[in-house]
Amino acid sequence: MRLGRIALAAALLAAAPVKAETRDTLTIGLSTFPPSLHPLTGAELVRSYILAMVARPLMAFDPDWKLVCLLCTAVPTFANGLAREIDLGGGKKGVALTIAIQPGATWGDGTPVTAKDVIFTNRVNRHPLSGVVSGEFDRRVVKIEAKDDKTFVLHIDRITFDYNNLAGYRVLPAHLEEKAFAAPQDYAKRSTYETNPAERGLYFGPYRVAEIVAGAHVVLVPNETWFGKKPFFKRIVLRAFENTAALEANLLAGGVDFIPGEGGLTLDQVIALEARHPKRFRYLYKTTTSYSHLDVNLEHPALKDRRVRQALLLAADREAIARQIYAGKVSVAHSSVNPLQWMAAADIRRYEFDPAAAKRLLDEAGWSEMKGGVRHNAEGERLAFTLASVAGIKANELVMTVLAAQWRQVGVDARIRGQPARVFFGDTLQRRKFDGLAFFAWIVSPESVPRTIVHSSMIPAAANGWQGQNFTGYRNPEMDTLIDGIERELDREKRRALWHRYQEIYAQDLPALPMFFGTVGFVMPLWLEGVRPTGHSATSSIWVEEWKAK
Amino acid sequence: MMRFVVVRAFESLVVLALMSFVVYALIGLMPGDPIDIMLAGDPNMTPEDRERLRQLFGLHLPIWERYGNWLVAAIGGDFGFSRTFNRPVLEVMAPNLGRTALLMMSSFVLSVAIAIPLGLAAAVRQRRLADYGINLFCFAGKSVPPFWLALMLILVFAVELNWFPAGGIETVGASGIVDRVRHLALPVACLTLLNLASVARLMRAEAIGALRQDYVRTARAKGLAERRVIWGHAMRNALNPVVTVIALEFGTLFSGALITETVFAYPGMGKMIYDAILGNDYNLALIGLLFATLLVLVGNLAADLGYAALDPRISYR
Repeated sequence: MRLGRIALAAALLAAAPVKAETRDTLTIGLSTFPPSLHPLTGAELVRSYILAMVARPLMAFDPDWKLVCLLCTAVPTFANGLAREIDLGGGKKGVALTIAIQPGATWGDGTPVTAKDVIFTNRVNRHPLSGVVSGEFDRRVVKIEAKDDKTFVLHIDRITFDYNNLAGYRVLPAHLEEKAFAAPQDYAKRSTYETNPAERGLYFGPYRVAEIVAGAHVVLVPNETWFGKKPFFKRIVLRAFENTAALEANLLAGGVDFIPGEGGLTLDQVIALEARHPKRFRYLYKTTTSYSHLDVNLEHPALKDRRVRQALLLAADREAIARQIYAGKVSVAHSSVNPLQWMAAADIRRYEFDPAAAKRLLDEAGWSEMKGGVRHNAEGERLAFTLASVAGIKANELVMTVLAAQWRQVGVDARIRGQPARVFFGDTLQRRKFDGLAFFAWIVSPESVPRTIVHSSMIPAAANGWQGQNFTGYRNPEMDTLIDGIERELDREKRRALWHRYQEIYAQDLPALPMFFGTVGFVMPLWLEGVRPTGHSATSSIWVEEWKAK
Repeated sequence: MMRFVVVRAFESLVVLALMSFVVYALIGLMPGDPIDIMLAGDPNMTPEDRERLRQLFGLHLPIWERYGNWLVAAIGGDFGFSRTFNRPVLEVMAPNLGRTALLMMSSFVLSVAIAIPLGLAAAVRQRRLADYGINLFCFAGKSVPPFWLALMLILVFAVELNWFPAGGIETVGASGIVDRVRHLALPVACLTLLNLASVARLMRAEAIGALRQDYVRTARAKGLAERRVIWGHAMRNALNPVVTVIALEFGTLFSGALITETVFAYPGMGKMIYDAILGNDYNLALIGLLFATLLVLVGNLAADLGYAALDPRISYR
């Protein structure tokens, strides 16, 4: 009898529907949960993904890779007169940008978005105690003035080719945040984004945050004060599953409708899912500016020789890796510039798979004596190094295993070393502690200048506070001059020539061994339309009002 | 008895204080400063930004000084702010604690409620089919990796049968007790299966020993009903070591909750501590780990008190 009652209760529980949402709700599965939705205190991808739906940046590169205004009305240029050169004294030139805010832009509580908000944001970004992650752009602003409620002028201390690029610049609601900023050292703790993140006055996008359960989900509902196209979905639920197996299971069980390429499954997981369920979802693959590569420690006794680096690339069958591990969804990289970028050069040196040529180069470099299957030089030193990366990323581990095996064929001993992400990025790379090669990827905006990556002033060291991403320790005066030149050159065709030379040197010197240009995989329900991946650092969620159900 | 409890409480405080230092130092010794991680991810961060943030988060101070500051504040009731969430630690922890407590207590009660009768049943039916079946079940429960079991439960009951949700704590917009219970079902089942095995095995072994004792033979000779012999005499005497294991298992349950919470995307304490350690969120990780320590200490104390309650020969002075 008792057993019968228990069985009945279990049956009643099981009979209840798993999912109450209809197609006016879109449930998005993400692999991480943002610690906060404050636009300035962190730059995690998942934070940007959610923020894009509730508060637009001033500008962004759109899916066609064109710089467009989102919160502003027109991108200032010298041609349209909204940008003008200014004299800063002492022979220094700067630029003044006149920017108008969308007339209808209004915070969710009905307060208009005004120049006052921009000026307040600039104050927060510049304050040393405000807790913002990076205020570098705002520190370049020498003066900011409001022309009227909706127009402001930024005076910037330099003229670069991307003088008008305010992509990703986010504005804070002064009417809510000024009070919290009264004690700047406590601002990050007192901010309304932390104390009441569902406050509607924090958001002015197509949606606003209606509910947050930390670590679990965020619920978005249409923002009544949104000035643009009315969004289709009455509710967007963003659920976090920090375990990708659980994320996939929830997709299959119906607890999640859509997994975006940004902050969802890795490419190999999407490929595997498609192989198992080819018809159940729509799979969208988008080539991105994500550049995976092997940073070389140029102080390594063997790897400092360019011939050895070239030989390593010749001995790596990257086409086969792309085909076998990524089902041909990624393309082999020949420099850090992606073919999708306008400045990509087609005539730079390529390293096709050629183990014989690799062996010749290694012989030439003095690594000619084979002992126990590993090359040695005249001093009896082994040609050996470590190949470090983040542990636990299956595709990366496979790539490293294959590379090590291929290099073994030419007598090179590469030992794989996986590390937790915080150790790899926070210590091994940033403190340049890797002995040999480090495998990782980055994603860039459409014309990002790699100053922090190849300029000699950007080699992280104690003396410069470990600033920079030139983890390889690469130094080349011509490269430094080129980087400076690219930044200053406003003429696109002249800049193209500089970019061409950059790619030539990069392919010749190989401070890093180019591997692949990445692809992200979106898993979408068959009924979802309008999602347009950008392929660069701007998330597809910026254009959320274009999304609809069939 | 009271004296014993007071002395043990004092000892627990000392252990907690020592643990707080050990945990603080261990997190501090881990390579990878949180600001360096930010620096690696944001090329626009300048050395000034780095120094400014280090000062803001107090990371420029030596670790012992940081710990000292924390300890003084903690004694005054201020456990600090979470660096990643920008909220007071207790405020961040409270909802997670509630959810984990619910998960752990449900699993704990369920695993004990199932394991004791199961162990007893196996003992009574020693070397019979039921005994072999229960043994097999317990061995499987003990040897199966928690991660795998959790995934299997999801695949079978969420993906294939669609009986229960695959993860999370509630269906957004469909709140209610039934919905919460449905979300708890699989994580609780997973944790229960993992924990009942050792208790059931021990219960079986102790009950077999007890059933051979003279007092059981005497009880049977007196003509007592078999049910009364087993439950009233054998089980009560077999329970003493089992209580110890149950109390100690309570701490283990917490570590099992970490894996369960991760796979079922259940935002609880285990996952919070894990994220806090990875994110170098000292205050949050510290309080979370101290809480886990406290749980083990309380479990030990409960075991000691349980002894006295179950065995009149034992008393504490």
